Parts: sequence; C-alpha cells; structure tokens
Amino acid sequence: MALSKHINADRLLQEARDHKAHSHHFTGHDKSKTTHAYGARYGTDPIPKYQIPSKGTDADSAYQIIHDELALDGSPLLNLASFVHTWMPPQADKLMAENISKNLIDQDEYPMTQILHTRCISMLAELWHAPSSKQAIGTATTGSSEAIQLGGLAMKRIWQEKRKAAGKSIHEPGPNIVMGANAQVALEKFARYFEVECRLVPVSVESKYRLDTKKAMEFVDENTIGIFVILGSTYTGHYEPVKEMSDLLDEYEKKTGHSVPIHVDGASGAFIAPFATPKLEWDFRLPRVVSINTSGHKFGLSYVGVGWVVWRDKAHLPKDLIFELHYLGSVEYSFSLNFSRPAHPIIAQYFNFIHLGFEGFRAVALSDLKNARLLARALDKSGYYTVLSEVHQLVNQPGLLENTKKAVGIDEEDVENYAPSLPVVAFRFSDKFKQEHPDLQQKWIQTLLRAKGWIVPNYELAPGLESIEILRVVVRENMTEALMDRLVTDIIEVTEDIAKTNSPMHALASSSNPRGSARKHDGHIGEGSGRARSGTYQKTC
Amino acid sequence: MPLSRHIDADSVIEQSKEHPHKKHLVHSRSGLHQSWSRDEDAQLVPKYELPAVGIPSRSAYHLIHDEMNLDGNPTLNLASFVHTWMPEEATKLIMETINKNAVDLDEYPASQVIHNRCVSMIANLWKAPKDAKAIGTATAGSSEAIMLGGLAMKKRWQEERKKAGKDYFHPNIVFGANAQVALEKFARYWDVEARLVPVHAETDFVMHPPDALQYIDENTIGVMVIMGSTYTGHFENVQLMNDLLDEHQAKTGLDIKIHVDAASGGFVAPFAYPTFKWAFDVPRVVSINTSGHKFGLVYPGLGWILWRDEKYLHKDLIFELHYLGSTEYSYTLNFSKPAAPIVAQMYNFLNLGFEGYRKIAIKDLRNARTLSRALEKTYFKVLSNIHKPAEKPATAVASEDDPENFQRGLPVVSFMLSDAFKAEYPHVQQVWIQSMLRGKGWIVPNYGAPPAEEKSEMLLRETLSADLIERLVTDILEVTEGLMSSGGLATMAAATSTVGLHQPDQVHGRPDQSNFADGAQGSGSEMGQSTYAKQC
Repeated sequence: MALSKHINADRLLQEARDHKAHSHHFTGHDKSKTTHAYGARYGTDPIPKYQIPSKGTDADSAYQIIHDELALDGSPLLNLASFVHTWMPPQADKLMAENISKNLIDQDEYPMTQILHTRCISMLAELWHAPSSKQAIGTATTGSSEAIQLGGLAMKRIWQEKRKAAGKSIHEPGPNIVMGANAQVALEKFARYFEVECRLVPVSVESKYRLDTKKAMEFVDENTIGIFVILGSTYTGHYEPVKEMSDLLDEYEKKTGHSVPIHVDGASGAFIAPFATPKLEWDFRLPRVVSINTSGHKFGLSYVGVGWVVWRDKAHLPKDLIFELHYLGSVEYSFSLNFSRPAHPIIAQYFNFIHLGFEGFRAVALSDLKNARLLARALDKSGYYTVLSEVHQLVNQPGLLENTKKAVGIDEEDVENYAPSLPVVAFRFSDKFKQEHPDLQQKWIQTLLRAKGWIVPNYELAPGLESIEILRVVVRENMTEALMDRLVTDIIEVTEDIAKTNSPMHALASSSNPRGSARKHDGHIGEGSGRARSGTYQKTC
Repeated sequence: MPLSRHIDADSVIEQSKEHPHKKHLVHSRSGLHQSWSRDEDAQLVPKYELPAVGIPSRSAYHLIHDEMNLDGNPTLNLASFVHTWMPEEATKLIMETINKNAVDLDEYPASQVIHNRCVSMIANLWKAPKDAKAIGTATAGSSEAIMLGGLAMKKRWQEERKKAGKDYFHPNIVFGANAQVALEKFARYWDVEARLVPVHAETDFVMHPPDALQYIDENTIGVMVIMGSTYTGHFENVQLMNDLLDEHQAKTGLDIKIHVDAASGGFVAPFAYPTFKWAFDVPRVVSINTSGHKFGLVYPGLGWILWRDEKYLHKDLIFELHYLGSTEYSYTLNFSKPAAPIVAQMYNFLNLGFEGYRKIAIKDLRNARTLSRALEKTYFKVLSNIHKPAEKPATAVASEDDPENFQRGLPVVSFMLSDAFKAEYPHVQQVWIQSMLRGKGWIVPNYGAPPAEEKSEMLLRETLSADLIERLVTDILEVTEGLMSSGGLATMAAATSTVGLHQPDQVHGRPDQSNFADGAQGSGSEMGQSTYAKQC
C-alpha cells in the first residue's frame, strides 16, 4: 500500500517551466522584449517572490501584476464577518487621493490637517458628553488597538504614581485589569505587552455572553488599574452595562476607599449608541468613565486606518506620558504609539462628520439596526436557528402604560422599543434542529455560504462558553435590504440542502479549508509559535 | 500709558458678521440650483461639534478641499524624511485597495501574501542568515517598529533574569542622545530606563561606541544603534559596537544584543553601499526597523521590523489569529490597519528593483554633495559628512558618482553659519534664515543640535532634483546676503517674532497648554525629554 505523498506546488511549477539552454539568461532583462504592457516581462517569467528583483519592470506592468494578483482578495461588500467599513462616497475618495502624501504629525508643513484633527476630537468629546469639551483631550490612532493600549497605559501610570506616592511597591504585587472574557484581543494584548495581569471575568448565558458585573467585582482589588467595559461585544453585539458597573464600583469605593476607573471600549458601539439610543448612559455622563476609544473605520464610516481615544480631562492623562513636539512658533503635545502617520483617514473622518451630521449618522445606524432585526427575526422564525443577539428583542419602555401599549400596539420601527445593541446577528443551530440532525456541523454552513460569495464566520464563544459555536453577521451600511433578502434565502437554502443526507452538498461541506494551502510557503511560522490563547476574541473585527 | 490688550480674533469675526432679523431665512437652502453651494452650506457647519444636519457630499468636499490649501506643498518640505510622491500607477493601486484591511486574512489573502513577500525581500536585502528563520512584520511606521523591537528585547531580558532568579524590574536601554523621540518613548512607556550616551562635535554628533560601554550593566536589555542620525545623517558604527560588545562579553559575561534603528538608512545603505556591514551580517544585530515611507519611497503609513531569527521573539508576545482552516501569528501594536501601503511597497520593489533604488540613492547623494559644497564655499559650515572624501577611497572606482568614494551617510545636509560669518555679522540670527526661506516656499528647519552640543544650531535637509537644488542654493545665498545688510534686520525682527501670532483654530477647542506645561513652555514632562522630537 502506497503512502500518500505531499506534492510541493513550488517544485511542481519549477519543473513545469520551459527550461532554456542557458539558464542565466533568465536574470537578464532584455529591454527589447518589453513591448506589450500587459504583464510584460513577468507575463511568463517568474516574478521574484522572495527578493527584490535586480532590475525593475516598467510602471504599467508592475501595476498590472499586482492588480491582477489582488483579484484573489474577496469582495469587501460580501464580507459579513468584519465590522470594518468599506465604502465612502466618491468625493471622500477624491479628498483622500489628494491628501494621500500628507503626514499627520508634520505640523509645520500641514497645519490645516492638524486643525481638522483638533476639530474631530472636539466633536467626539461633545458627542460623548465630556463635561467640558475644552478640558477633554484625545488623539487619533491607527485603530482601536492603539487607542485601547493608550487608554490602558494612562490608567496603569496613574495607578503606579498613586502607589509610589503611598510608598508601596509597584512590582509585587503588580497591577491588574479586569474585563469580560468576551473582550477583543487588543485588550488582552495591552495587558500582556504592558505587564498588567489580565483578569478575565467568565461569561455565561445568563450574563448574555458578556461581562457579568457582579462577578467582575470579585476580581477587583486595590491593584486594579481599571475595568475595560465593552460597548458592543464583538461576539454577539450585546452592550455591556456601563452604568451598572459604575454603580457597583461606587459602592465598592464607599466601602474600601479604592476608586477604580472605567475605560469604555466603544470600538463599534461608540458610533452607534449616541445616534441610535441617545438616552442610554454609557459615556462621560458617568463620572467613573475616564476614557473612551472607538474605531473611525467601523461605524464611524471611514476606511480602515483611523481610531480615536478621548480622556474626560487632563487629570486622567499623566503628564509623564506626553511628549512635546516643537514646531515653528508652537509646541504640540502628543501621546501615541505611532509617530508619522497618514493624514487622509482623519480628513475622511472629518468629511463624514460634516457631510452626515448627527442626523445622517442616526439614519445609518437606524437602518443598520432595522436590517439586523429583519435578519434576526427571519432566522428565529425559520426554526433552524436560534438567535443569540438581542438586537430584535423587545424591551419594556419605561413610562409607557401597559394598556396604551395594548391599544396602539408597538411601533416596530421605533428603535427605543428594542434592547440597545450593535447591528450584529449571532446565531446557532436551534436545539430542535441539532436533535434532528446530530451529525451536521455548523461550520459547514460557513463553507457553503462562502461558495455563494458570503463570508459568514463560525466562531466558538468566549471562554466559559466555548462549547457553543455561533455564526455571525455584521450588518453594515452597505448591507441593504435587497442583499439581506438574498442572504436569508441563501442561508435557508444551504441549511435545507445540507440537512438532506443524500445531497451532494453534504460531501462538499467537509472541505473546510478552501484557501489554506496558498499560504504554506512564504515565511510561514511553525504551529505552536504563539502562546496558547486565553480565549479573547482574536479574529477580524 | 494704556496696557495693550489681546484681541480675540474669533469674537471680532462674530461681531463683524451680518445679523439678519429673520434668522430662519438664513437657514433655508436657497442655493440648491447651483452645482454646489458651499457658502450657504458651510455657514451652518459648526467647527467643534457634530452638525445636527449634514451637508451634501459635494459641498463637504469643497469645504475641506479649500481648507486643505492652507497646508504646505509637500515637495518643498525639506524638513521631512517622509516620501511624498509616487507614480500614478501606484496611486491607482492604492486607491483600489484603500478599503482593504491588512489583518483580515479571510477576506484578503492576496494582500497577506504580498506582505509576506515584502518581508522576505527585505530580509534578503538586509542579509538575514540563511540558516536562521528571519521573521518580520509591517507596522504603521518606525515608531511602532522600534517599540516592538524594544519590547522583544525587554521580554527576553526578563525571562533570562527570571530564570536566574534575579530581580527583573529595573531594565535599562542604551542609545545615543541623537536618537529620534520614538526610542525615548519606548523607554518611558514600557518602564525601561533610557540611558542616553552624550554626543558631541568630535563624534560627529552621533553615538561613539566606546562611550556607550560605561552605560551598560546587567540590567541592560540592549543597545539601539542608529543608522542615519536624524540630525546630521551620519551612520553610527554598528560593526564597532558589535566588536566592543564582544570584548565586553568576554570580560563580564553579559550578552548584549543590538537593535538597529535604520528608519532612514535601511533603504539607503543597502543600495548606495552594498558592501557595507551594518545589518544582519553583523552577528549581534537581532532586529532592524525601517520606514517604508522614507527611503522605501512609499506614502506615509508604513514601517517594517525584522528579527534575525524567530527565537528572538518570545512566545508570550505573539498572538494567534484563527482563520478559516489556518492559524496566523501576529506581533503588532495595531490590529486593523490599511493594506494599501504594503501593496504600494511591493509596487516599488517590482517597479524599481535593486537597480532603481540604487539609482535614486546615488542621485540623492550626488545632489546632497552639490549642496554641501556650494554652502561650504560661501557663508556656512557643513556638519554632515557625505561630501567629504572617504578615508580609504574605493579601490575599484566604478565612476565618480559611486558614493563609496565619499564618507557614508544619509542624503542629508546640515549646516550652520560659519564662524567667520558670525564674527563679522554678530547680529544675524540663524533662525531668521529659516523664516526668510519659508517666505520663498522652502521649509528648511533650524534645530538645536543634540544635548551635549547645545550651542550650535543647524539646518537639515533632504535632497531634490538638480534644478531645484540650484534654485535652493540661490535662495539661501540671497537670503543670507539680504541679512548682511542692516536694512534687512528690522524686517526680520518683526517677521520672526512669534509674540503676536494668534491662531484661533489652534487654540480653540483644544486643551489649554496649561494642561500639560503648567503654563510654561518646555516643561511638558517631568522627566525632561531630550531626543529628536520634530517631524522626521
């Protein structure tokens, strides 16, 4: 019996190529051959993949080669796995192209860019109800990861200073930070890179798959630099109860004298909650919230590459962390992990602010939520799936009398009637469906939908609930009702198909790795090179 | 005598506006028949809070487009190392990929493949040993890259100390006082003591390796050597540092590694001086960073860091990312970030090739030499060294152009008024030249030299095309000669005074300076920062 042999694709290609008599001719670049633009020199010759070619190729062909190769990337529109925004109006594209070479930190040269940056901070401080937008300070970042690390670092430094002032050790015991196990990986990264003990609060079905505030209090002690509260769990879209957490910490402070601040990770929610549910208290209205971060490139509706972090006032940003930058006649202060960085994402964000205004952002948020409710209801009603998200869950609106409700009915369009949530729909096979088809794996749905073009990821839930797998759809601005319609049809079709055991789809479902082989070579790191995961959310977001 | 009063420009503007009685009329959009109605729309746009109602995208575009005109012209910015031009094909590629997220491997596998190839190409360029597994990543810029490099060193040191049962709470790092601020930032944010090696005129304003040794002890996580000082463009001697550390290890048993900050030099040295040893061909160099957006010739937003071998990255620092059927490993401070700059870097690699990069490096250096000589022949003393003949001229000189004929460095010219000039015209301040040149469109900054040499000020610039160089020389001389006459003086005194400077937008809606500096400039941080903290 023959053992099966792995075929090395690179070697196969090498053997399959035409071999000229004098192989060194390959390296020479005969200018006279470069007559047609398409692919030109690299049309048939191998592109040097792992070293800089000794001689270049003309601009047209370099463009064409890379352009064609990038066709293997997916279509951003159908990527329902990602929170990252992928569309902007043509005018925004134009502005970005015009400013693509500008460096945000170069104040001398690009003063106006800096002014727009300042205005964006003011707008966000205002939007998040900072007590005084003049006192609030903040900065643009590359994304929420940088923003979260800056927020965490500020809290750590304040703790260190407090300990030092009290004459206590800052090393043993070291600082710790508390967050729900459903946190995005950036939060854990902060803890690991900046040497803060990461205390993950287990999540449960009862805690709605997110931070359990009462349980969180068991993790808090005098060395807790703060609590990360997540506005919009990446897994299911649930908001964590910032107000509840804040109240519990107030009690704790009264009892023990330790004041524990809150940083709100509003990567997604900080651009949804203020618009969709302006009454919800989660921001600087709560005095314990010292800093908030968000991603401009999620529901801030800009392209990838912009995040924001704002502190309620200077007292919460230690001086020690701020660097002075000297420019012609002025001094600027900076707190960031990156230095030179592109200005165009900030310009795009400002464009959105003045183009959409509060009303525009609200309209987008409401239609995202409405489409999410449509999907959630359809899946629930199909009987095949159970929806974990609560975007479509009705809540009792305070102040509305029971009989009025009966009389007029519920306004289904009014967002206030639903649990505040991100426009995210997380769902799994219903118990009944699982019982009927115990041999079916949920991840097959992911693969089959991919064949239809949709990217709907299948994840395990956060630690504590890792036995539950979910499929998740993020409803973004470009996910229109027409597409939603198509998606629901496709999900149902795929599910029904797979349920028929004799269907050819059944076999297909086992091939779960459509693209993995493409990446075996180029600089791949061996299995097990990273530390075992502790379970925070570490997929695209 | 009346006290002078400060006039608030914002309130004057407010008072000068027309105040119609029928306020609601102003709010009606009467201009909709026009193709765009900037003024009508813009009037309603508040500057510091989110407008309640938005304006059409066209008006928003024009409003911002016009405002952006107040920014400078990137080409004439001689202060910055950051690249500002790419061919239109590259710009097209960038705009096509502008919405792609580099970390989203599920969705954008091709972008990831391009990233991996870039890392391989750079590893090759920097002579990564064949028997080791070099790894690396793209970053947002050199700052992030330096922090990753420093953090990896710190972690390694900590683990060793823990293993040895020693205290691991007081690490320090050694680098020259000419360092860019990112190095100091790493130290401060990660609680590592920064030990700055003083620099002075005799050491060409860069770290002299023998001076560094006295700062090294058992708590030193590593030495950062700078390939291309931001102040003067001098290269620090990586090989000598390596040899001295070898000796030091023989004596003390301490194994100190080197991180090379090649933010600018990483894409100049390999092309201009291919035989020069500074990269992974020096054994103690464990990691190197560079900026793709400097001499990598890409728009801002791209840096690179590579490690000699994956063993220099501790497991704890690496995060696993799970994607459909595969696992990727990541070590970055940012997560979601644009893929476009990486694609642009690959474009340059293919388009230019080694030969193209070399041509550009040679041209940059030639122009810098022209400028240096022209300045030296007139009123200035040039501090950078690339125009000085090499001590040992290359034996086989390919051409007069070969940069090996001259001392090695970045295409940077830093200069100051000559002593003779200063003696003759003691009233002329060097900072005036900066202001006068700005009037002509050039941005040539005037900086204090690194700490140990506080007195001398210098100007720094990057190279341009030959005819722009000629123009620049003419302008510098004209300006300087203008200052020699006493008539130019009064003008200058007034023009360069910053007292009357008021930028309402800069002040408004922005934290008070007192928030950080307690009212006094220059005390932004308690520790006092001393490295290079300007744009670079």
